Amino acid sequence: MPARTSWIPYALIAPSVVFLGALFLVPLVQTIWLSFSAGEGLSLDNYQRMAGDLNFSLAVKNTFLLTLVVVPLQVVLALGMATMVTKLDKGRDLVLWVLTIPLGISDLAAGLAWLALLQNTGYLNSALYALGLIQGPTGWLSQETPVALFIAIMLAELWRATAIVLVILIAGLQLIPKEFSEAAEIFGAKPWTRFTRITLPLLKPSLQSALILRTVLAFEVFAVVYALGGRNFPVLVGEAYVWQNDNQNYGVAASYAVLIMVISLAATAVYLRALRTRPEQLP
Amino acid sequence: MADIVIDRVVKEFGSFRALQEISLTVNDGEFVALLGPSGCGKTTLLRIIAGLEAQTSGRVVIGGRDVSDLAPRKRGLAMVFQNYAVFPHMTVFENVAFGLRMQKAPQAEVKRRVERAASLLHIESYLDRYPAKLSGGQRQRVAVARALAVEPAVLLMDEPLSNLDALLRLEMRTELKAVLREAGTTTIYVTHDQTEAMGLADRIAVMYGGKIDQIGSPLDIYATPATRFVGSFIGSPPMNFIKVRCSQGTARIGDAALPCPSAGTEMELGLRGEDAILSPSGSGIPFDVRVVEPMGSHLLLTGSIDGQLARIVAPPTAKVNAGQRVSLDVDPTRVTWIDSTTGRVVARD
Ligand SMILES: Nc1ncnc2c1ncn2[C@@H]1O[C@H](COP(=O)(O)OP(=O)(O)OP(=O)(O)O)[C@@H](O)[C@H]1O
Ligand SMILES: [Mg+2]
Repeated sequence: MPARTSWIPYALIAPSVVFLGALFLVPLVQTIWLSFSAGEGLSLDNYQRMAGDLNFSLAVKNTFLLTLVVVPLQVVLALGMATMVTKLDKGRDLVLWVLTIPLGISDLAAGLAWLALLQNTGYLNSALYALGLIQGPTGWLSQETPVALFIAIMLAELWRATAIVLVILIAGLQLIPKEFSEAAEIFGAKPWTRFTRITLPLLKPSLQSALILRTVLAFEVFAVVYALGGRNFPVLVGEAYVWQNDNQNYGVAASYAVLIMVISLAATAVYLRALRTRPEQLP
Repeated sequence: MADIVIDRVVKEFGSFRALQEISLTVNDGEFVALLGPSGCGKTTLLRIIAGLEAQTSGRVVIGGRDVSDLAPRKRGLAMVFQNYAVFPHMTVFENVAFGLRMQKAPQAEVKRRVERAASLLHIESYLDRYPAKLSGGQRQRVAVARALAVEPAVLLMDEPLSNLDALLRLEMRTELKAVLREAGTTTIYVTHDQTEAMGLADRIAVMYGGKIDQIGSPLDIYATPATRFVGSFIGSPPMNFIKVRCSQGTARIGDAALPCPSAGTEMELGLRGEDAILSPSGSGIPFDVRVVEPMGSHLLLTGSIDGQLARIVAPPTAKVNAGQRVSLDVDPTRVTWIDSTTGRVVARD
């Protein structure tokens, strides 16, 4: 029997292998190839041009700063929200539905929505003006107000992408039988102790998934930044876009793409290691 | 002092009434077994005492203090969960130590008490393993050890030995009883195993359909059941119930006449299999034997009395064959009379 059926698994995964190969692996290899080819033969020219660019170090700094601020905040917010949602008896689906609405909005649309709020003649300024807090249209999103611009992008990112963390964590929380927390409570654990000693460790696999997903996406942040700040706040993907479209230099754009991929892979590796759950500790 | 008073506790899940006005007092240091069939509300009652579930009405008083609205951790008790709830991400040692850690006990004390509880339950060789690597019975013992390690004043156990093999269960039972008696722990012990309840408990509360049908010492419950259910649930073989008509204080079965209470006419005669004696004279209640099972210490006879199924216990040497009609002598003071319509036992006149 096994001999006869052994080709079936391969046949079943063949379509996805072909699909991945055509749409992912080939472009990936091409991009890597492109990033190393300038003029004739292989060279690091593209990488040198990338690193030598005025905006490069700023883009690296901004991307990391945004990721390091946004992702932890999102996890903390999502943990709080998930804990509250799972405690709800009634209307839980409705609350969850409302909280996840931002997931259904494309990141560019989200960026534009926040632009409408925060631009010179936006709703925020109208409200502040009506309250007499500002004298007239005030810019928040220009190069002269980097802190305000950063906060605006951070808020938009929090609003837009916390829900994905929330959804993953709620799914994870629902997998933890409530007896564990109950037993801890019987044996004297206060709510915070139960959260740190029982819920968080048991939620580790979900936290790991959420962190990998969110961090990788955070390193790829672009549309929201572009809508709110244009090139006032350079980020890595934004620079790749500029080199590709404005400068028509595909080689340097490819170098950026490879750099982003390497950063993402490294972050994933760190999470896989730091948050691994030993098999014997699984419920 | 840690007595438990459960005062008219009602629990409703939506429109379903899981507990109907349960009242029960457990004295300080007493061991009470909650015995009943699956789904009768044992776990629900235990969870209400622990504070994990809020009662719909009624009060729970522990050691003179009304704990009805207190969080579980403020009630000063320990519990063994029916499904163990052993923490998967902690070693067996840390599991057993959990309550002591929460009390911030010094390390030496934690070690001493964990080792004591572990050796009592024969899990000392697994202390640094994780629960996922243990068998169901081993995990269950970890759950019991975790509860014993805190040396609680009140201990709630939900079928704590259900997953052990017969031999180990017997041994654990004896050890649990000795330890809890020595420590003076007030214990409520849920089980649906009647021998366990009879062997362990000072008193047994028999639950059925969200009510306590009867509470009393094991002997009381066995000898004088309060309802048809208690009679059928306790004892092996279960009590026999023979429908009879009562008129003018006598019930006739075949040639035999038994004095019966004058309270009703449609009655059931509750007869324990070992309370009937094979009559040498041939006068008595006729019993048609269908199956004879030699059990070593006794013969188990299955057959019918007046066309109704009955099981009778006879001495191992009795000469009885399948298909034979024998007659039974019954001591009228040892039979139980039950009102057919209410299922409750009727007092003899
Ligand atoms: N959370 C709940 N929601 C609705 N009904 C429930 C809930 N918990 C228990 N019940 C119902 O209450 C009744 C009693 O349940 P309980 O778990 O107390 O039974 P039990 O006596 O412990 O049974 P077992 O011996 O099988 O453990 C059952 O009919 C059950 O379906
Ligand atoms: Mg139960």
